[in-house]
Amino acid sequence: MVMAQALGIGARHRAPGRLGMMGRQIWDALRDDKPALVGLAFIILLVAIAVVTAIWPGVLPYDPYEQDLAQSFQPPSPAHWFGTDQQGRDILCRILVGTQISLSVAAVVVVVSLAAGVLLGAIAGFKGGAVDTVIMRVMDMMLAIPSMLLAIALMAALGTGIDKAVIAISIVAIPQYARIVRGQVLSVKEREYISAARVAGDTDATIIFKHVLPNVMPSIIVRATLGVSSAILDTASLGFLGLGVQPPAAEWGDMLGSGRNFIFTAPYSLVFPGLAITVTVLAFNLLGDAIRDAFDPKSRKR
Amino acid sequence: MAKYVLKRLMMAVLVLFGVVTIVFIIMRAFSSDPAASVLGQHATAESMAAWRASYGLDKPLWEQYVSYLAGLLHGDLGYSYYDHTSVAGQIMGRFPATIELAVCAILIAGVFGIALGVAAAVHKRSFWDYFSTVVSLVGVSMPVFWLGILLIILFAGSLHVLPSTGRIDPMLQPVGGTGFYLLDTLLSGDFEAFGNALAHMILPSVTLAMYSLAIICRMTRSSMLDTLDEDYVRTARAKGVRRRRVQTHHALRNAMLPVTTVIGLELGSLLGGAMLTETIFAWPGIGKLAVDAIQQSDYPVVQGVVLLIGVIYVLMNIVVDVVYAYLDPRITYTKEEG
Repeated sequence: MVMAQALGIGARHRAPGRLGMMGRQIWDALRDDKPALVGLAFIILLVAIAVVTAIWPGVLPYDPYEQDLAQSFQPPSPAHWFGTDQQGRDILCRILVGTQISLSVAAVVVVVSLAAGVLLGAIAGFKGGAVDTVIMRVMDMMLAIPSMLLAIALMAALGTGIDKAVIAISIVAIPQYARIVRGQVLSVKEREYISAARVAGDTDATIIFKHVLPNVMPSIIVRATLGVSSAILDTASLGFLGLGVQPPAAEWGDMLGSGRNFIFTAPYSLVFPGLAITVTVLAFNLLGDAIRDAFDPKSRKR
Repeated sequence: MAKYVLKRLMMAVLVLFGVVTIVFIIMRAFSSDPAASVLGQHATAESMAAWRASYGLDKPLWEQYVSYLAGLLHGDLGYSYYDHTSVAGQIMGRFPATIELAVCAILIAGVFGIALGVAAAVHKRSFWDYFSTVVSLVGVSMPVFWLGILLIILFAGSLHVLPSTGRIDPMLQPVGGTGFYLLDTLLSGDFEAFGNALAHMILPSVTLAMYSLAIICRMTRSSMLDTLDEDYVRTARAKGVRRRRVQTHHALRNAMLPVTTVIGLELGSLLGGAMLTETIFAWPGIGKLAVDAIQQSDYPVVQGVVLLIGVIYVLMNIVVDVVYAYLDPRITYTKEEG
């Protein structure tokens, strides 16, 4: 523990480029953190479910898309553990297939918003002056609109669909990353090794990618892990409002939205998809908290 | 201080100007033509053109933008595409419902969040500590609409003890007044209506409160743990001050500083972020107004609501900073380093 803490403090001033050490540091912290390990195990399980159901759909006992109105609204039973929905589809199978959408949307959203946010934040922090002002004021403006409202407005403009949902959710997540990266860039850019690199003839772009980014990595990893949680929640929210992924695709939020009219007749059709969202988000939050503790001993839970 | 506030307000105006511009661009430049969705599929090209002209949508985009801004300066937010009522009027009619809901939610979140956070910090590793950890983790992980659905299933569906939609029975709806039903019914002495409005308030406000409760609880716990570690707390204990008194008078008061900030910011986001909660409970506030307007392509209404929410957000941030400075004498905003 003490060792991990010492490493944690050292991480801020470490010479750039030692990603292996960072992984080591995360693992050291995770090893002692049971809830985080449970979260990590659950995430691995989810990824496995998504991959297996994607490459071998036959593994599921029921077709998650095929309608069978004679089977509609079967309550949970040994044949249908979570019951069936209004179109007679097995809810458990739909939830399992739904991991594909939730995880892939979240992954794409994090990669896209991270790339854009890092780039904007690094440019703003590094260039300073008018460039900084313009970029960061635009970020402020985006932050002044609740992210869900901005995402809904973007969906209204772009039209519904999974690709549009990815764009909308990515856009609203950019300012968070940009802010973190800019702050970190400002704090490292006056360090001596940066000046040394400049004297050695490195260009701005080289300095950003070789010297600045590795230093802001810890904050970015933490934000990205928690960003997966918000991306999953945002996707589900858009789906719930009928704006995101379109039927008959199995998406957890859409399952809740389309089951809403049957809230009193078939409550089980709403309980389980919501549970899937909650547990998945919880798993990423547990992991994110543990990683944050690994990099910032001050925030460590007592 | 006054200079600082003035500077912040000027920045706020700039940010809001940007918000208006961003939303205008999203709604007018990227969106599909609203004429088709307003007039229906069977509208002729001529009637659609006439409709567009009546809203000035046939003019170049920059001209529409200038006239929208000019309207804003006069407090004119435009007119709904559907019933041609003024957007400002629609928002004013709906805003009290949102304020009432947000205030009830922040009261629930504040009271229970602080109580739980303090209990967790004072009795470390007790049942309350673990309970608070679970509440704050689950609270931020649960989609708000699912929590609402669960509460409806339980309290309206199974137990039949609470209503699931609306603000009050239509029969008991207060006429005129402030638009705050709890206040109106209480002032008129109509206790049946008050009880009815209160019953309608419980599920939506608990649903909306949960996320903020989790955040406030977590903040209170960590802030309280920090202050309990401080030298002055130990000194007070060493001087013989009773434990309970040290906890309330020395630790809690100082621990409340960051918590106050969080509560202020949460209130700001509750006022603007209740779209999902209002949708589930058919709560006639500005969040539901925005969602409905977006689904109907009623862009002027969307623009108006987003502007209002932006104003609330930005002002709340300034208020929180000023209150923080007032509560913590170490902070001054008069010099640059503040």
